[in-house]
Amino acid sequence: MLFGEMLPKVLAGCLIGAFVTLLLPRELVARWVGQESGFTGLLIAAFFGFLLPGGPITIYPVAGAFLTMGADAGAVVSFITSWTLCGYTRALVWELPFFGPHFVIWRIVEAVPLPIIAGLLARGVVRARLARTDIVK
Amino acid sequence: MTFAVNILLWLVVCLLAVIAAYRGRVLLNNGARDGVVEFIRLLPRIGAGVIGAGFIAKALPNEWIAPWLGPQSGFLGVAIATLGGALTPGGPVVGFSIGAAALKTGAGAPQVIAYSTAWALYALHRLVIWEVPLMPPRVVWLRAAVSVPLPFIAAALAMALSQP
Repeated sequence: MLFGEMLPKVLAGCLIGAFVTLLLPRELVARWVGQESGFTGLLIAAFFGFLLPGGPITIYPVAGAFLTMGADAGAVVSFITSWTLCGYTRALVWELPFFGPHFVIWRIVEAVPLPIIAGLLARGVVRARLARTDIVK
Repeated sequence: MTFAVNILLWLVVCLLAVIAAYRGRVLLNNGARDGVVEFIRLLPRIGAGVIGAGFIAKALPNEWIAPWLGPQSGFLGVAIATLGGALTPGGPVVGFSIGAAALKTGAGAPQVIAYSTAWALYALHRLVIWEVPLMPPRVVWLRAAVSVPLPFIAAALAMALSQP
Protein backbone atom coordinates (compact mmCIF):
# COMPACT_ATOMS: atom_id res chain seq x y z
CA MET A 1 0.00 0.00 0.00
CA LEU A 2 1.32 3.43 -0.88
CA PHE A 3 2.26 5.86 1.87
CA GLY A 4 -0.19 8.48 0.57
CA GLU A 5 -3.07 5.99 0.60
CA MET A 6 -2.41 5.16 4.25
CA LEU A 7 -2.56 8.69 5.58
CA PRO A 8 -6.34 9.27 5.66
CA LYS A 9 -6.74 6.01 7.62
CA VAL A 10 -4.01 6.92 10.06
CA LEU A 11 -5.51 10.36 10.66
CA ALA A 12 -8.98 8.82 11.17
CA GLY A 13 -7.51 6.28 13.63
CA CYS A 14 -5.84 9.06 15.62
CA LEU A 15 -9.04 11.14 15.76
CA ILE A 16 -11.18 8.15 16.81
CA GLY A 17 -8.65 7.34 19.54
CA ALA A 18 -8.65 10.91 20.83
CA PHE A 19 -12.44 11.23 20.92
CA VAL A 20 -13.11 7.85 22.54
CA THR A 21 -10.53 8.58 25.25
CA LEU A 22 -12.34 11.83 26.06
CA LEU A 23 -15.88 10.43 25.86
CA LEU A 24 -15.53 7.12 27.73
CA PRO A 25 -16.38 7.28 31.45
CA ARG A 26 -13.69 5.18 33.12
CA GLU A 27 -15.40 4.80 36.53
CA LEU A 28 -18.23 2.98 34.79
CA VAL A 29 -15.78 0.58 33.15
CA ALA A 30 -14.29 -0.38 36.50
CA ARG A 31 -17.75 -1.10 37.92
CA TRP A 32 -18.59 -3.43 35.03
CA VAL A 33 -15.55 -5.70 35.32
CA GLY A 34 -15.41 -6.29 39.07
CA GLN A 35 -14.78 -9.57 40.86
CA GLU A 36 -18.44 -10.65 40.82
CA SER A 37 -18.87 -9.88 37.13
CA GLY A 38 -18.59 -13.54 35.99
CA PHE A 39 -18.42 -14.50 32.33
CA THR A 40 -20.20 -11.27 31.36
CA GLY A 41 -17.37 -9.39 33.06
CA LEU A 42 -14.84 -11.13 30.82
CA LEU A 43 -16.90 -10.27 27.75
CA ILE A 44 -17.18 -6.64 28.84
CA ALA A 45 -13.45 -6.47 29.65
CA ALA A 46 -12.58 -7.91 26.23
CA PHE A 47 -14.95 -5.46 24.56
CA PHE A 48 -13.35 -2.50 26.33
CA GLY A 49 -9.90 -3.74 25.40
CA PHE A 50 -11.09 -3.60 21.82
CA LEU A 51 -12.68 -0.20 22.28
CA LEU A 52 -10.15 1.69 24.37
CA PRO A 53 -7.62 3.26 22.06
CA GLY A 54 -4.05 4.27 22.65
CA GLY A 55 -0.71 2.63 23.14
CA PRO A 56 0.79 0.92 26.18
CA ILE A 57 1.06 4.34 27.81
CA THR A 58 -2.74 4.52 28.18
CA ILE A 59 -3.64 0.82 28.42
CA TYR A 60 -1.47 -0.33 31.33
CA PRO A 61 -2.36 2.54 33.68
CA VAL A 62 -6.05 1.84 32.98
CA ALA A 63 -5.53 -1.90 33.58
CA GLY A 64 -3.72 -1.10 36.84
CA ALA A 65 -6.59 1.19 37.86
CA PHE A 66 -9.06 -1.63 37.13
CA LEU A 67 -7.14 -3.87 39.54
CA THR A 68 -7.10 -1.32 42.36
CA MET A 69 -10.79 -0.57 41.76
CA GLY A 70 -11.65 -4.24 42.29
CA ALA A 71 -11.49 -5.86 38.84
CA ASP A 72 -10.24 -9.44 39.05
CA ALA A 73 -7.07 -10.75 37.37
CA GLY A 74 -9.10 -12.70 34.78
CA ALA A 75 -10.90 -9.58 33.58
CA VAL A 76 -7.64 -7.61 33.43
CA VAL A 77 -5.90 -10.39 31.45
CA SER A 78 -8.89 -10.47 29.11
CA PHE A 79 -8.72 -6.68 28.73
CA ILE A 80 -4.98 -6.54 27.94
CA THR A 81 -5.16 -9.55 25.58
CA SER A 82 -8.07 -8.00 23.73
CA TRP A 83 -6.24 -4.70 23.40
CA THR A 84 -3.08 -6.36 22.07
CA LEU A 85 -4.88 -8.64 19.60
CA CYS A 86 -8.06 -6.83 18.56
CA GLY A 87 -7.35 -3.16 19.39
CA TYR A 88 -8.42 -1.19 16.38
CA THR A 89 -6.04 1.75 16.73
CA ARG A 90 -2.98 -0.41 16.31
CA ALA A 91 -4.63 -2.38 13.52
CA LEU A 92 -5.55 0.83 11.69
CA VAL A 93 -2.35 2.76 12.22
CA TRP A 94 0.25 0.00 11.97
CA GLU A 95 -1.07 -3.30 10.68
CA LEU A 96 -3.28 -2.08 7.82
CA PRO A 97 -0.47 -0.31 5.94
CA PHE A 98 1.69 -3.45 5.98
CA PHE A 99 -0.85 -6.21 5.38
CA GLY A 100 -3.86 -4.58 3.71
CA PRO A 101 -7.49 -4.74 4.93
CA HIS A 102 -8.23 -8.30 3.84
CA PHE A 103 -5.53 -9.96 5.94
CA VAL A 104 -6.07 -7.66 8.94
CA ILE A 105 -9.82 -8.28 9.15
CA TRP A 106 -9.13 -12.00 8.75
CA ARG A 107 -6.58 -12.04 11.58
CA ILE A 108 -8.83 -10.04 13.92
CA VAL A 109 -11.79 -12.37 13.31
CA GLU A 110 -9.60 -15.28 14.42
CA ALA A 111 -8.40 -13.34 17.46
CA VAL A 112 -11.93 -12.63 18.78
CA PRO A 113 -12.26 -15.74 21.02
CA LEU A 114 -8.69 -15.47 22.39
CA PRO A 115 -9.20 -12.77 25.09
CA ILE A 116 -12.09 -14.78 26.56
CA ILE A 117 -9.98 -17.98 26.55
CA ALA A 118 -7.10 -16.11 28.23
CA GLY A 119 -9.45 -14.63 30.86
CA LEU A 120 -10.99 -18.04 31.66
CA LEU A 121 -7.53 -19.65 31.90
CA ALA A 122 -6.33 -16.84 34.19
CA ARG A 123 -9.34 -17.30 36.50
CA GLY A 124 -8.69 -21.05 36.50
CA VAL A 125 -5.04 -20.54 37.48
CA VAL A 126 -5.96 -18.09 40.25
CA ARG A 127 -8.58 -20.48 41.62
CA ALA A 128 -6.18 -23.45 41.49
CA ARG A 129 -3.50 -21.43 43.29
CA LEU A 130 -5.99 -20.36 45.98
CA ALA A 131 -7.10 -23.97 46.47
CA ARG A 132 -3.46 -25.06 46.82
CA THR A 133 -2.64 -22.42 49.45
CA ASP A 134 -5.72 -23.55 51.36
CA ILE A 135 -4.37 -27.10 51.42
CA VAL A 136 -0.92 -25.89 52.55
CA LYS A 137 -2.56 -24.01 55.41
CA MET B 1 -12.27 -2.47 -0.08
CA THR B 2 -9.79 0.27 0.83
CA PHE B 3 -12.34 2.89 -0.18
CA ALA B 4 -15.08 1.24 1.93
CA VAL B 5 -12.75 1.11 4.95
CA ASN B 6 -12.00 4.82 4.52
CA ILE B 7 -15.69 5.73 4.34
CA LEU B 8 -16.49 3.64 7.41
CA LEU B 9 -13.64 5.16 9.42
CA TRP B 10 -14.59 8.71 8.61
CA LEU B 11 -18.24 8.00 9.43
CA VAL B 12 -17.09 6.87 12.89
CA VAL B 13 -14.98 10.04 13.21
CA CYS B 14 -18.01 12.19 12.27
CA LEU B 15 -20.27 10.34 14.72
CA LEU B 16 -17.80 10.76 17.59
CA ALA B 17 -17.25 14.43 16.69
CA VAL B 18 -21.01 15.05 16.78
CA ILE B 19 -21.30 13.36 20.21
CA ALA B 20 -18.35 15.41 21.47
CA ALA B 21 -19.81 18.65 20.06
CA TYR B 22 -23.13 17.86 21.74
CA ARG B 23 -21.29 17.59 25.09
CA GLY B 24 -19.54 20.92 24.54
CA ARG B 25 -17.34 22.89 22.21
CA VAL B 26 -14.23 22.42 24.37
CA LEU B 27 -14.47 18.63 24.17
CA LEU B 28 -14.76 18.78 20.38
CA ASN B 29 -11.72 21.08 20.11
CA ASN B 30 -9.64 18.96 22.50
CA GLY B 31 -10.49 15.73 20.69
CA ALA B 32 -9.65 17.16 17.27
CA ARG B 33 -6.41 18.69 18.57
CA ASP B 34 -5.27 15.48 20.37
CA GLY B 35 -6.00 13.42 17.26
CA VAL B 36 -4.12 15.71 14.89
CA VAL B 37 -1.13 16.02 17.26
CA GLU B 38 -0.92 12.23 17.53
CA PHE B 39 -1.10 11.95 13.72
CA ILE B 40 1.76 14.42 13.20
CA ARG B 41 3.82 12.62 15.85
CA LEU B 42 3.29 9.27 14.09
CA LEU B 43 4.05 10.43 10.53
CA PRO B 44 7.85 10.10 10.56
CA ARG B 45 7.69 6.73 12.35
CA ILE B 46 5.25 5.28 9.83
CA GLY B 47 7.24 6.67 6.90
CA ALA B 48 10.41 5.07 8.26
CA GLY B 49 8.52 1.81 8.81
CA VAL B 50 7.18 1.61 5.27
CA ILE B 51 10.62 2.26 3.77
CA GLY B 52 12.28 -0.05 6.31
CA ALA B 53 9.86 -2.89 5.50
CA GLY B 54 11.24 -3.01 1.97
CA PHE B 55 14.78 -3.46 3.30
CA ILE B 56 13.72 -6.09 5.84
CA ALA B 57 11.99 -8.05 3.05
CA LYS B 58 15.27 -8.05 1.12
CA ALA B 59 17.30 -8.98 4.22
CA LEU B 60 15.16 -11.99 5.24
CA PRO B 61 16.64 -15.33 4.17
CA ASN B 62 14.05 -16.15 1.49
CA GLU B 63 15.30 -19.67 0.82
CA TRP B 64 14.51 -20.60 4.45
CA ILE B 65 11.08 -19.03 4.75
CA ALA B 66 9.13 -21.21 2.30
CA PRO B 67 10.30 -24.62 3.66
CA TRP B 68 10.19 -23.67 7.38
CA LEU B 69 7.20 -21.32 7.45
CA GLY B 70 5.36 -22.09 4.20
CA PRO B 71 1.75 -23.32 4.03
CA GLN B 72 3.05 -26.94 4.10
CA SER B 73 5.11 -26.43 7.29
CA GLY B 74 2.07 -27.20 9.47
CA PHE B 75 2.31 -27.28 13.25
CA LEU B 76 6.13 -27.07 13.32
CA GLY B 77 5.98 -23.91 11.20
CA VAL B 78 3.39 -22.45 13.59
CA ALA B 79 5.62 -23.29 16.59
CA ILE B 80 8.70 -21.67 14.96
CA ALA B 81 6.65 -18.60 14.00
CA THR B 82 5.26 -18.33 17.56
CA LEU B 83 8.73 -18.50 19.09
CA GLY B 84 10.03 -15.97 16.58
CA GLY B 85 7.12 -13.61 17.27
CA ALA B 86 7.52 -13.81 21.03
CA LEU B 87 11.25 -13.04 20.78
CA THR B 88 10.94 -10.15 18.30
CA PRO B 89 11.78 -6.94 20.14
CA GLY B 90 10.75 -3.50 18.96
CA GLY B 91 7.59 -1.60 18.13
CA PRO B 92 4.81 -2.35 15.67
CA VAL B 93 6.97 -1.25 12.72
CA VAL B 94 9.42 -4.09 13.32
CA GLY B 95 6.84 -6.78 14.12
CA PHE B 96 4.44 -6.04 11.30
CA SER B 97 7.07 -5.38 8.65
CA ILE B 98 8.76 -8.72 9.33
CA GLY B 99 5.37 -10.47 9.17
CA ALA B 100 4.38 -8.74 5.93
CA ALA B 101 7.76 -9.46 4.37
CA ALA B 102 7.56 -13.15 5.36
CA LEU B 103 4.07 -13.39 3.84
CA LYS B 104 5.40 -11.96 0.55
CA THR B 105 8.35 -14.35 0.45
CA GLY B 106 6.33 -17.55 0.83
CA ALA B 107 5.26 -17.98 4.47
CA GLY B 108 1.77 -19.46 5.01
CA ALA B 109 -1.06 -17.25 6.30
CA PRO B 110 -1.64 -19.34 9.50
CA GLN B 111 2.08 -19.17 10.27
CA VAL B 112 2.13 -15.39 9.81
CA ILE B 113 -0.99 -15.10 11.99
CA ALA B 114 0.79 -17.13 14.70
CA TYR B 115 3.82 -14.85 14.35
CA SER B 116 1.92 -11.57 14.67
CA THR B 117 -0.31 -12.94 17.46
CA ALA B 118 2.73 -14.09 19.47
CA TRP B 119 4.47 -10.80 18.80
CA ALA B 120 1.39 -8.79 19.89
CA LEU B 121 1.03 -10.84 23.09
CA TYR B 122 4.66 -10.82 24.19
CA ALA B 123 6.60 -8.04 22.40
CA LEU B 124 9.55 -8.21 24.79
CA HIS B 125 10.32 -4.50 24.92
CA ARG B 126 6.68 -3.65 25.75
CA LEU B 127 6.60 -6.23 28.52
CA VAL B 128 9.80 -4.84 30.05
CA ILE B 129 9.25 -1.11 29.48
CA TRP B 130 5.53 -0.83 30.23
CA GLU B 131 3.91 -3.88 31.73
CA VAL B 132 6.46 -4.80 34.43
CA PRO B 133 6.71 -1.27 35.90
CA LEU B 134 2.96 -0.57 35.73
CA MET B 135 1.35 -3.86 36.72
CA PRO B 136 1.66 -6.12 39.78
CA PRO B 137 4.21 -8.89 38.94
CA ARG B 138 1.73 -11.70 39.59
CA VAL B 139 -0.64 -10.34 36.92
CA VAL B 140 2.23 -9.97 34.41
CA TRP B 141 3.26 -13.61 34.91
CA LEU B 142 -0.34 -14.81 34.89
CA ARG B 143 -0.98 -13.06 31.58
CA ALA B 144 2.26 -14.36 30.06
CA ALA B 145 1.45 -17.94 31.15
CA VAL B 146 -2.13 -18.06 29.89
CA SER B 147 -1.08 -16.48 26.57
CA VAL B 148 1.09 -19.45 25.53
CA PRO B 149 -1.69 -21.42 23.75
CA LEU B 150 -3.22 -18.39 22.03
CA PRO B 151 -1.01 -18.13 18.88
CA PHE B 152 -1.61 -21.86 18.28
CA ILE B 153 -5.38 -21.44 18.63
CA ALA B 154 -5.29 -18.47 16.22
CA ALA B 155 -3.29 -20.49 13.67
CA ALA B 156 -5.59 -23.50 14.06
CA LEU B 157 -8.62 -21.25 13.42
CA ALA B 158 -6.87 -19.82 10.38
CA MET B 159 -6.25 -23.34 9.06
CA ALA B 160 -9.81 -24.46 9.81
CA LEU B 161 -11.38 -21.49 8.05
CA SER B 162 -9.98 -20.70 4.61
CA GLN B 163 -6.86 -18.91 3.40
CA PRO B 164 -7.04 -15.12 3.25
